[in-house]
Amino acid sequence: MLGRRGSWKLRVGLTICAVFAVVAVLAPFLVHHPNRSGPDGLQPPSLHHLFGTTDIGQDVFKQVLAGTTGSVTIGVVAGALTVALSMLFGVGGAFLGGLWDDAGSLLSNVFLVLPGLPLLIIVTDYVDSRSVLVIALVIAIVSWAGAARVLRSQTLSVRSRDYVDAARVAGESRWRLMLREILPNLMPIIASQFVFGALGAILAEAGLSFLGLGAANGASWGSILFFAQNAQAITLGAWWWFVPPGLCIAILGAALGLINFSIDERINPRLRAAAQAPRRGGKR
Amino acid sequence: MSAPLLSIDDLTVEYRTARPVRAVDHVSIEIAPGEIFGLAGESGCGKSTLAYAVTRLLQPPAEIVGGAIRWTPDGADPLDVLGLDGRELRAFRWSEISMVFQGAMNALNPVHTVRSQIEDVFVDHRSGLSRTERRARAEELLATVGIDPRHLTSYPHELSGGMRQRVMIAIALALRPRLIVMDEPTTALDVVVQRTILDEIDRLRSELGFAVLFITHDLGLLLEISDRVGIMLSGRLVEQGSSRQIQDAPRHDYTQHLLRSFPSLRGDMPATGTRYVDREPERRPS
Amino acid sequence: MTTLEVRHLTKDYRSHRGHGAALRAVDDFSVRVTAGETVALVGESGSGKSTVAKMAVRLVTPTAGEVLLDGVAPARGGRADKRYRSRVQMVFQDPFSSLNPSLPIAYQLARPLRIHGVVRSAAEEERELLRLMEAVNLSPAKEVLRKYPHELSGGQRQRVAIARALAPRPEVLIADEPVSMLDVSIRLEILQLLDDLKRENDLAVLYITHDLATARHFSSRIVVMRRGRVVERGRSDDVILTPVHPYTQLLVRAAPDPASGPFAVDLQRYERHPEVTLGALDPDLDTWPEDAHWARDWRDDDADRSLVEELTGLAAASR
Ligand SMILES: Nc1ncnc2c1ncn2[C@@H]1O[C@H](COP(=O)(O)OP(=O)(O)OP(=O)(O)O)[C@@H](O)[C@H]1O
Ligand SMILES: Nc1ncnc2c1ncn2[C@@H]1O[C@H](COP(=O)(O)OP(=O)(O)OP(=O)(O)O)[C@@H](O)[C@H]1O
Ligand SMILES: [Mg+2]
Ligand SMILES: [Mg+2]
Repeated sequence: MLGRRGSWKLRVGLTICAVFAVVAVLAPFLVHHPNRSGPDGLQPPSLHHLFGTTDIGQDVFKQVLAGTTGSVTIGVVAGALTVALSMLFGVGGAFLGGLWDDAGSLLSNVFLVLPGLPLLIIVTDYVDSRSVLVIALVIAIVSWAGAARVLRSQTLSVRSRDYVDAARVAGESRWRLMLREILPNLMPIIASQFVFGALGAILAEAGLSFLGLGAANGASWGSILFFAQNAQAITLGAWWWFVPPGLCIAILGAALGLINFSIDERINPRLRAAAQAPRRGGKR
Repeated sequence: MSAPLLSIDDLTVEYRTARPVRAVDHVSIEIAPGEIFGLAGESGCGKSTLAYAVTRLLQPPAEIVGGAIRWTPDGADPLDVLGLDGRELRAFRWSEISMVFQGAMNALNPVHTVRSQIEDVFVDHRSGLSRTERRARAEELLATVGIDPRHLTSYPHELSGGMRQRVMIAIALALRPRLIVMDEPTTALDVVVQRTILDEIDRLRSELGFAVLFITHDLGLLLEISDRVGIMLSGRLVEQGSSRQIQDAPRHDYTQHLLRSFPSLRGDMPATGTRYVDREPERRPS
Repeated sequence: MTTLEVRHLTKDYRSHRGHGAALRAVDDFSVRVTAGETVALVGESGSGKSTVAKMAVRLVTPTAGEVLLDGVAPARGGRADKRYRSRVQMVFQDPFSSLNPSLPIAYQLARPLRIHGVVRSAAEEERELLRLMEAVNLSPAKEVLRKYPHELSGGQRQRVAIARALAPRPEVLIADEPVSMLDVSIRLEILQLLDDLKRENDLAVLYITHDLATARHFSSRIVVMRRGRVVERGRSDDVILTPVHPYTQLLVRAAPDPASGPFAVDLQRYERHPEVTLGALDPDLDTWPEDAHWARDWRDDDADRSLVEELTGLAAASR
């Protein structure tokens, strides 16, 4: 199925994400003390300091590398948690029905109408520990509801397909129905929700950090931006301080977006290219 | 016969899988404006593949390895269908040519109502109809295929198989194309409804002058409604001719076999269950 | 010897918006299918045939009525369902949606074999799969088994669906338009296969179809449905050769039959056939002789008014 039109998006997206992932994993071993200050404040990029230095002489390149670890971790953890929660309430609700479904729907509806950003700000302000994992958890809790709703309706739609009924008539157990007949056909959506959740979390964390509510001690791209803003990097003309982390966010965001697009493209024509044809450009 | 509207010339299509399948093998067909061309043949012989090729809906691993398809509406310059791209292709499909898929029962979007799916066709193709006009047309189309307008607000799973098939026929008629490709459109319809719809299509055809490529296994029906008929067997078009001629003087073994196998409703049962063995590929050097 | 009986089945579908009257898809439907026999269910599109089929395999819960296997209502619950389905199988109407797009054919056929313990070893499974493929005339078997549904033509999918239903060696088969996408030659071959199973293994078949000719030739009795109700039932030859109810007459008249002369509609046919019972109520399965010819009385039934008018017009035109 590869090699179709549009798969360049997937390839580019995956490559960029892979690069960031590698950096995120290796950074803790390569960079020690990213926040150690040095004698040369506000130096523009040079061979010695690839991305220049901050006002107190910290190496921006090292900070960005270290920040990659933080931001990517937040993305992955929050994405995974979003998927886990939305599967629990969305897929679980649709499949088990009854009380569980009602409770799940109610809960996700409540979370849906709660305004996300203010809630995030309040909760992060409230929790004491500002570790990367806690931030990711908070972001996931605030943002799983939409995904759960989508997943629930998709599960219902897949569950009502004839082939699920056919598998039931063949004698499959509930668990197997769920794991072999329904879940695989939800995989593209789940993958896309993971990607979307990760993207949202990275952006949300950048926003939080920028407001000073992010992970402690500059462990993410957002917090670099926060310190840059505090030191008035823009008025000082220290572009090297905020452009690299900003670009990183934009590039990783775009890459995740590309992956999401290509998954979407794949969900629709999925084995039913012909059947979908009259609905080209239609809604789905 | 007038100049053909659609001419398929020596078309060959292969599925490039581990062991390539030649689904359409040097097939040539011409369809004149306003004509009904019937296509029958063994299950799996490539009829749907041919239909997909004509509507340019083939997806990899299918590949057109040879031949041409030309489209010549009322004396205009011939259009190379296989060369169409992007916008041209979009305009060509559905407003010039439309299709009822074999899997039509399964082709409706499960999360939208029948009404929105019919109206979408007008929206997607900038028909310039107002909202009320679209509604009226949607109702009119459903009436054409004999479905109660109260089903406009139904979702596909609330309709029976035959009703879903009829909705797809209605959608194919929506934009009044010049050619409608119908791939086994009536498998889930009882004969009464089937006949009503075919009469209706025939009436619309004489009014609007569109042509139909009709694929079915129901040979009796095919011979009755078609002007000309083609018979396919493992990718090849083994015979084509007027309905009369196919019915009275079938030339190919397989055509004779099909006609012989047809059970008569009020007559006797023919000798049943004999498998037709296609000997031609062995004889031909491949 | 297995008998499937459905008694007084009724199914109401609430309209999704919650308002408006519920739709009665099936209205007091009863039929009995005994081992070694095929009963054909024919009728108008949307008359409730598939709903009956789904109630019979317990996918849809009837609003009223019951499904009996050998005279007893099977228990509810996962285990009981599984046991029931090792005996009662179904072929779905639409082969384009009843096969899972993301699983290869071999898997979808092997599962019922394993679930119901038909095979015990991998070698046995392989042999059984090939046997099934041969039975439904799908070749080359090994290759088709490796394919995914979207790589098969409509008729090929339909044959896979039939093979899947036959895999657990059921005692009752409910086949919802199982051969609608097959050419005549293969169609007859498959029906012949079911016929053989019927004779040799005492299979009971409920054959839902729009193809009246095969309904007549492959089943002992025909039940005609319209708008959720049975309008005529009896031995196949009786129903097809001397149809009494106006709807059955319309059906027979509309069916292509180049080999015979035109069919003459005749609203008064029942008068010349005293063996036909007209009734307003469905006959009771317990007391009603299986083979008797019954038709619903249409003479003062509002639902059939337009039908009668149409038929009167046709009769006048042909005179
Ligand atoms: N995506 C695919 N990959 C590989 N082979 C395919 C694919 N689609 C179809 N085929 C094969 O191509 C052949 C022709 O298929 P096609 O669907 O055109 O048959 P058909 O004449 O429409 O048959 P039917 O009457 O059963 O619908 C079949 O043998 C089928 O197995
Ligand atoms: N889930 C549902 N919700 C609401 N209405 C339904 C549902 N399923 C079926 N119906 C309605 O029940 C009626 C009977 O449907 P059914 O599928 O049983 O017909 P059928 O006899 O199988 O027709 P066909 O020959 O066209 O397949 C139809 O009017 C249909 O609209
Ligand atoms: Mg086909
Ligand atoms: Mg049906």
